[in-house]
Amino acid sequence: MLKVIINGEDKRVSPGSVADMVRALGFQPEKLAVERNREIVPRSMLGEVMVADGDMFEIVHFVGGG
Amino acid sequence: MTDSSPDTWSVAGQTFTSRLIVGTGKYKDFAENAAALKASGAEIITVAVRRVNVSDPSQPMLTDHISPKDYTFLPNTAGCFTADEAVRTLRLAREAGGWDLVKLEVLGEAKTLYPDMRETLKATETLVAEGFKPMVYCVDDPIAAKQLEEAGAVAIMPLGAPIGSGLGIQNRVTIRLIVEGAGVPVLVDAGVGTASDAAIAMELGCDGVLMNTAIAEAKEPIRMAEAMKLAVQAGRHSYLAGRMGLRRYADPSSPLAGLI
Repeated sequence: MLKVIINGEDKRVSPGSVADMVRALGFQPEKLAVERNREIVPRSMLGEVMVADGDMFEIVHFVGGG
Repeated sequence: MTDSSPDTWSVAGQTFTSRLIVGTGKYKDFAENAAALKASGAEIITVAVRRVNVSDPSQPMLTDHISPKDYTFLPNTAGCFTADEAVRTLRLAREAGGWDLVKLEVLGEAKTLYPDMRETLKATETLVAEGFKPMVYCVDDPIAAKQLEEAGAVAIMPLGAPIGSGLGIQNRVTIRLIVEGAGVPVLVDAGVGTASDAAIAMELGCDGVLMNTAIAEAKEPIRMAEAMKLAVQAGRHSYLAGRMGLRRYADPSSPLAGLI
């Protein structure tokens, strides 16, 4: 298992792509945006970029707002 | 305006008929929110960008109830207090939605939610350089508005009053001066409390009005959404029609000749 931080929380995830990680968390990658170590991971690359030990992720979506 | 030429407005190359932009915050639930959007006739809606709840992926999502196929989503930077945070948020928004048209707001302090214009201008320059089309929330200052336009803002969105206050248009003179000086659309963003406030913004010549709380916190949000739609239309017609002049004293509407 890899130790990562997702949205400020410590998590342990299986090795794999960012898309694999997002799906394992229970989300659909196509509804989200992902930042890895403060760099955007383009949606087209989510299946190719591999999660590394110590990575920091921000996973966001749209919510109601004014 | 004639019946053959619809009264539309354009921002960043996109043309819209509705001049009312509404927010999607503070509603009781997504169903009420969706119904209010429909009643408002809005074509553009604002949305915020926030972390997903990692511990509860089953929570309902906005996009399951309100579709980007039905509305132009305008992602905002609400809650950002620096240019860096705002730009970072919008880079994520662009990735989540794929749109360049965004609403920039950089706040100066939590109490008033007044814009920090130094950071706002800085963020505008960065966003424009990165290909974004920012509609920019700002102070009601004609000089600041000009500077934003020069920096590449695609719309100027001065506050009528503090965000969420419902105090109405506090300074009609500055809003009018911004409208007169702008080469891009001007929309009053923030401060509208009731339908007459929206009409006043439109009578001042604004291209549109953006609001959230005035609808969401009305006792009947769906009815208020309809009221706002009509107020924006009424104010727009009134502006185009050209109001009568002001007189200091009375002037009878019935003829004086022929009195018995």
